[in-house]
Amino acid sequence: MLELKSISYLPEGEKKAEPILRDINLLLEDNHFYVITGPNGGGKSSLAKIIMGIYRPTSGKILLDGNDITDLSITERARLGIGYAFQQPPRFKGITVEKLLSLSRGNKCVGAGCNYLFEVGLCPKDYEQREVNASLSGGELKRIEIASLLSRDCRIAVFDEPEAGIDLWSFNRLTDIFEKIQQRKDVTTIIISHQERIFKLADEIILVAEGRIQGKEAQEGFLEKVINKCDCRKECQERV
Amino acid sequence: MNSLDKDLLIKIADLHEVPQGAYNIRKNGEGVERHSTANIEIKPKADKPGIDIIVKPGTRGESVHIPVIITAEGLEDLVYNTFYIGDHADVLIVAGCGIHNPGKTKAQHNGVHKFLLGKGAHIRYVEKHYGEGEGTGERILNPQTFLELDEEASAELEMVQIRGVDSTKRETKATVGREAHLLITEKMLTHGQQLAESEMTVELTGENAAVQIISRSVAQEKSKQTFYPRVTGFTKCRGHVQCDAIIMDQATVRAIPEITAHHADAQLIHEAAIGRIAGEQLIKLMTLGLSEKEAEETILQGFMK
Ligand SMILES: Nc1ncnc2c1ncn2[C@@H]1O[C@H](COP(=O)(O)OP(=O)(O)OP(=O)(O)O)[C@@H](O)[C@H]1O
Ligand SMILES: [Mg+2]
Repeated sequence: MLELKSISYLPEGEKKAEPILRDINLLLEDNHFYVITGPNGGGKSSLAKIIMGIYRPTSGKILLDGNDITDLSITERARLGIGYAFQQPPRFKGITVEKLLSLSRGNKCVGAGCNYLFEVGLCPKDYEQREVNASLSGGELKRIEIASLLSRDCRIAVFDEPEAGIDLWSFNRLTDIFEKIQQRKDVTTIIISHQERIFKLADEIILVAEGRIQGKEAQEGFLEKVINKCDCRKECQERV
Repeated sequence: MNSLDKDLLIKIADLHEVPQGAYNIRKNGEGVERHSTANIEIKPKADKPGIDIIVKPGTRGESVHIPVIITAEGLEDLVYNTFYIGDHADVLIVAGCGIHNPGKTKAQHNGVHKFLLGKGAHIRYVEKHYGEGEGTGERILNPQTFLELDEEASAELEMVQIRGVDSTKRETKATVGREAHLLITEKMLTHGQQLAESEMTVELTGENAAVQIISRSVAQEKSKQTFYPRVTGFTKCRGHVQCDAIIMDQATVRAIPEITAHHADAQLIHEAAIGRIAGEQLIKLMTLGLSEKEAEETILQGFMK
């Protein structure tokens, strides 16, 4: 179980008085499937980075199975089984797809990494020896990023907008993968997404806006609620 | 040869035993073993130290190994090697210099290599430089490489210097003829107080001549590196210079590429970038469970591969 307790985050050195995350309280149960959604700039990626240890909270605590992991480094959290697929993955000169996958598998069983390439719709033969550099297209890079998190032995996996930049066919494949994960129930999955098909898999949907958690509930009726809740939308409709 | 010699040979030429094909092994300023084949003749120069390597036209799939090792201090070795590559020959040339300096005074090797490639000839030239030794004596390597590529000839040069060489001044000059291609890949890692300078001058003289220069370097600690890649196009030709450096600690890197076109159909490009390892890259690898140090090593290893 992962618990975030009154987490706030104000980037260091930022003069901006407004924190990016404010008083976040969140309880994520083992092997559940969560979807985080909300407007651009609302703080979704920042929340994911807080979980991974990339951002250190200004205040608040993070507990994993009741143990305080607030001060653990990225590496230590990774070794505890927390994983994060970046919204915008970095590129590396000279590091091959095969190498990246073997690193994400902890250097064991290199061959198995390619199954995951196949799952995200990339032919291992064509991609294993490619470098993860500027020559990859945006969608290819993104799919490799997803494959690398799928290939890890995680207990908590966070995917940051896995659908972004991905073509229709690959997106269908991807939702199939997430469906299987959701049915297997052997990993806590957190997907930041704007896609209805992904919402449908969620045990709970978490709405993040303006740095706060605005709601966390089962998916039924979630969409209508969100739409009606949005004041600006109502205003617009009234004006029409 | 003793075990130290053998160790150096492994480091610079991946040689675990006597090489196949033609070879010449030079140790402490003297040729110690030499072997010619039916197609590749190696003979000492009459007028100065060094050898002529003559590859018969049409020779294919053979290799020449010419490693140099220095295991004594206070030695200043100067050698001239000339390669005559016959028309349409295709050979692998493995050179390299390993210095084990046991003492306080400097050990230096200046290798002057000249390559004359005939029509349609192809070479792959691999050169590794390596230095070690318990003494405080400096290890200095100043290679000079000259190439002339005749019509449709092609050459791939791979020059690598990773750690251990205190001072290096490298000079490479080439003229590239009609439909000929030259690819130079240079990789360098310096650390400590090391100095490295590399100057390249390539002249594209024949129609559709092409050159690609790729320089990848890592400068650590207080080392200093300078690169001067220069390409001049005299006719319809293509040239691409790419200098990419990772800078760390208190190091200094200067990259001064120069491209000159004397013809409206000369297409010349240069790119030069110097920067530290991107924080995003380190973070990404750390999210896979690597420590910061391991992440850094993985990135450098890939970059220099
Ligand atoms: N390191 C940082 N320094 C300064 N501002 C930041 C930093 N990281 C995020 N922000 C700001 O915090 C806000 C939330 O960013 P975040 O990336 O978490 O949004 P998001 O919900 O993931 O948005 P999107 O849907 O566009 O991906 C944004 O206004 C962003 O500009
Ligand atoms: Mg985001």
